[in-house]
Amino acid sequence: MLLVVGTVPDAAFPVVEGKAELAGGRLLVAGRDIPVNRGTAALLAAAAATLKYCRRPSPVACLAGDIGTGQGSRRLYEYLVNTLPDRKFGVICFHYLQPDVDWHNRVLFAVQEMQPRPLLIADAGFMYVAKMSGQAAEYDLFTPDAGELAFLADETAPHPFYTRGFILHDDNKVPDLIARTFEHHNASRYILAKGETDFLADSGGILATVAEPRIDALEAIGGTGDTLTGITAGLLAAGLDLKAAAVLAARANRLAGLLAHPTPATQVGEIIAHLPRALEELRISN
Amino acid sequence: MAWWPFSKRREPQLAAHPTGDRGMLVFSHTSEVIRAEKVLKEAGRPVRVMGPPPEIQSGCDLVIEIPIIEELNILKVLEQARLAPLEVVPVSGPLLKPVDLCHVKDFGRFLMVRAANMKLTVDKETRTIVNVSGGGCPDVPYLARELVGRPLDGAPRPRDLGHTLCGYALELAFQEMVRRCS
Repeated sequence: MLLVVGTVPDAAFPVVEGKAELAGGRLLVAGRDIPVNRGTAALLAAAAATLKYCRRPSPVACLAGDIGTGQGSRRLYEYLVNTLPDRKFGVICFHYLQPDVDWHNRVLFAVQEMQPRPLLIADAGFMYVAKMSGQAAEYDLFTPDAGELAFLADETAPHPFYTRGFILHDDNKVPDLIARTFEHHNASRYILAKGETDFLADSGGILATVAEPRIDALEAIGGTGDTLTGITAGLLAAGLDLKAAAVLAARANRLAGLLAHPTPATQVGEIIAHLPRALEELRISN
Repeated sequence: MAWWPFSKRREPQLAAHPTGDRGMLVFSHTSEVIRAEKVLKEAGRPVRVMGPPPEIQSGCDLVIEIPIIEELNILKVLEQARLAPLEVVPVSGPLLKPVDLCHVKDFGRFLMVRAANMKLTVDKETRTIVNVSGGGCPDVPYLARELVGRPLDGAPRPRDLGHTLCGYALELAFQEMVRRCS
């Protein structure tokens, strides 16, 4: 089963754990209606749509409200530290949380107590803090975009905001940046770098690339990276191995984008709506 | 001919970046840093937002670098704005410099500006903010909710709503967008 951990942009939203289900484009978690715009809600919606298509159990969401003050994230960190050791999940996907190295380390200790040990995906703020902590190798998959990959590759940068200028986030440099990330031990076991071309790599080098269909508008649409991470998490929880899940997710995310006929003004919910059809077309073509 | 009194004076060559004249203001929260920077710049103080040295990094951090000699005046400005820092620390080593390059992508009707890991997209015909993407801190979805669908001229500023480095990066993208669309 998949657990997704993240935040929603509502300061009054309490710590909530429950099944995440899609109903007519709406995301419901423990009876709460959460707008699917971007961030963790988009990731969850994509994961829920993927698991529904695969006829597997819905993902479990563990959420807190946070508008950037870190208060909700800290409540969520505390909840995880107290509850994770006794829980069983096949995959845990950590997402939008306020980076806090001390709390990250406590959560990682709690995960290390879980039996069996789940596969760990980190994206967004939790990926930042996983790298900051020096514990990146504890994770199975990071899903950075080009700017975040440059941050992972810069061994001195504590946040993408401080990535040194000579480490350019240029798609042409992605293989070099991935190699540098592994060289300085700031990589998870696999990296799925999202961009004009999606790259899947491990410490041995590039394993696969996905570049088609190419839709320029997706870069501007908030949440399209979140959906790729969510689809990958869903496919992993459905039983695919990591390499197969990442490559299929990259193809499905692009195809769902294509089916939505997007412009830079398209909202990510319009793309998620096409995800079941994208997965079905890929199944038929294979 | 160094003794010749009319020879052009050479500029002194610095062996290393001087560090003894700078201090940093440490605040309890990044949102206070963003507000303090605004107040100090409006007061004409030569300050810069920088990254803290490793020994005081805890996560998503910013500090304000100041000329240490102006500490007293700077603290007075902040006191009037009710923004007292936790402490003022002398800078003993190089501080991290934020990303200062913006990347621009023109989609025809739409213009996207990226600063660090944050992207802002505007409809050039209507000057409406149509998307916010990138980033990983929890104020990003919040900022996106508050900005998307609003006109560039009437939208709240990320610096006023944001709390994190991602929010600060979005402010830089916003500033560049305003500059390019004016």
